[in-house]
Amino acid sequence: MSTDESTAAAAVHSIPAASAPSSAPSAQGAAVAGAPTQLPVPAHFNAAARLLHWLMAPLILAMLFVGVAMMASVHNRPWMVDLHRPLGIAILALALLRLGNRLRHPPPPLPADLPRWQARAAVASHWLLYALFIAMPLIGWAMLSAGGYPVEMIGGLHLPPLLPQDVTLYAVLRTAHGWLAKLLFATVLLHLAAALFHAWVRRDGVFSSMARGRSAPD
Amino acid sequence: MPEPDTAPPAPAPDHPRPPAAAGGGGSTPRPPLLPLLGIGAIVLSLGAALAWAAGWTGGRLTAQQMTDTIEAGGGNHPGFRRAHSKGVCVSGVFRGNGAAQKLSTARVFAQTETPVLGRLSIGGGSPQAPEAKARVRSLALLLRSDDGQEWRTAMNSFPFFVVATPEGFQAQAEASLPDPATGKPDPARQADFARRFPEARKFQEWARSAPWSNSWANTPYNGVNAFRFHAADGSEHFVRWSFRPQAAFEPLSPEQREQADADFLQQDLAARLAQGPLRWDLVLTVAAPGDPVNDPSQPWPEAREQIVAGTLTLDASQPQAGGPCRDINYDPLILPRGISASDDPVLAARSAVYAHSFNRREREIAFGRTQATATGAQQ
Ligand code: HEM
Ligand code: HEM
Repeated sequence: MSTDESTAAAAVHSIPAASAPSSAPSAQGAAVAGAPTQLPVPAHFNAAARLLHWLMAPLILAMLFVGVAMMASVHNRPWMVDLHRPLGIAILALALLRLGNRLRHPPPPLPADLPRWQARAAVASHWLLYALFIAMPLIGWAMLSAGGYPVEMIGGLHLPPLLPQDVTLYAVLRTAHGWLAKLLFATVLLHLAAALFHAWVRRDGVFSSMARGRSAPD
Repeated sequence: MPEPDTAPPAPAPDHPRPPAAAGGGGSTPRPPLLPLLGIGAIVLSLGAALAWAAGWTGGRLTAQQMTDTIEAGGGNHPGFRRAHSKGVCVSGVFRGNGAAQKLSTARVFAQTETPVLGRLSIGGGSPQAPEAKARVRSLALLLRSDDGQEWRTAMNSFPFFVVATPEGFQAQAEASLPDPATGKPDPARQADFARRFPEARKFQEWARSAPWSNSWANTPYNGVNAFRFHAADGSEHFVRWSFRPQAAFEPLSPEQREQADADFLQQDLAARLAQGPLRWDLVLTVAAPGDPVNDPSQPWPEAREQIVAGTLTLDASQPQAGGPCRDINYDPLILPRGISASDDPVLAARSAVYAHSFNRREREIAFGRTQATATGAQQ
């Protein structure tokens, strides 16, 4: 194990990780390079955050691929759209859980030596992702309502309309669903590139704070 | 924990230094080339995969292309349906007689009365077309039963479809486009279509020989595609449905078709509705084993079991501009519990293409790219 990159973040990452089996929350707080703060600073996202992250990542990608494919496909739209609606609503539920968890459990700090613009971009893109995880399904649901469509889930179950039928609302929301999907895809790609940059180039423990367990219980 | 499956392999400190990065060995760390290339390759391939899924890379027939071709054939009429552009809204009720309950649990067959929002139209992409000359007439219905389920259907006066597949439909639509040189469809392309899709001959024969009636009211409308009906006992049947007019057939001669007013069918409808409601029987035809259930161009033998499931009564009509049917997509795959789609590829393609036609016309209306003839707005 090479711990030569002795940035503060590497310390935050590696020390509690190494001592995790026996460490208590207080031990972890103490591990932050003798920081005087009393708050325990986690080295990893908590288990719920990691679970939700790795559950949602493939689902979001699947939604984007299924979304564009079902608009183009001459043969596969029926099963794709039947999958798209309930999966999108499941993402809404997961995103709300995740937001609740995120607000109650602050994430591990970014490395102190991370350039300021990168840190800012990280924070902004994370909140943008949360916003889109919640906005996309709500817009999908609302646009179907405004288009006069039943909002079908599984087994003939319908969600109640979010909005009255209205041509202008439909056109605006349908357009937004398409453009925000493009924005979401771009943000996901950026997020993926940044995560891999942390993992393979900076090697600063940011990637493993989401990839690995062993965070202290909280 | 999901990380054994999903987490990419090597987190920071364990990752071996790639040779390219180690190459310099100097004092200032240079950005390692291999990992950067790897990241770029991953991001680019995801982008390329999405472009492929979205049909942007070409090579496959897409629903957008089908819509474009229909649009090219019908002329530019923003705010209107890309096909069956000319029509009127109608409303009334459907009364099931209970006979179809042995085939399907759909509530419409059990409920005494289900409200109906429909649309009568003619085939073709022009909202100004002369109605009397239209070979194809159509009826679309939306039935919302008291359990909140919806059944939408869009039916035509022909007894079977021209072709078996969306590819066939596309070939026909392309072959019918006017050749820029002559202003007429290219006979070579038409011959090529006929050769590749021989099933279309039956349809052309129907178009040539089927009698012309003089009203939307005395025209039958056929669902053409087969659907699965699910019964309470778990059994499943393939069914095609038709609405058979109660109004008596009256002919429309070739001279009348030439001389009639462009809005002939609408005027006739208004006159008939002023006299009283119009009725059709819903006839369900049940497939026998071996009948083609995924090919709307193949009629089933005459002898198939038929069930009259109830009566449609239409008692009012409204212009489509500003009427309640304008902003409805009569997507044939919006089905109630108890009815589901067959694997008919034409059905899947219809659902995809209607969505684009609907999106285009709704955007045109919402964003003011159309005229009052489409929206019904008062000047
Ligand atoms: C994270 C959630 C979601 C994502 C990422 C997503 C993504 C997409 C994408 C990429 C498209 C294609 C857009 C285009 O080509 O213009 C699409 C279309 C669509 N989405 Fe979603 N969507 C989500 C949630 C939902 C939900 C919850 C619903 C409904 C309950 C929904 C209903 C639809 C429908 C019906 C279409 C096709 C609309 C049409 O035929 O014009 N989506 N979605
Ligand atoms: C691949 C084959 C087909 C294609 C591409 C196609 C395309 C279209 C399009 C683009 C529309 C306009 C939709 C809208 O804007 O709401 C339409 C409407 C319609 N189609 Fe088709 N169609 C096909 C097959 C059929 C078949 C087999 C039938 C009936 C048996 C049918 C009956 C109708 C009717 C009745 C309407 C008018 C619905 C209304 O009043 O809103 N179509 N079609």
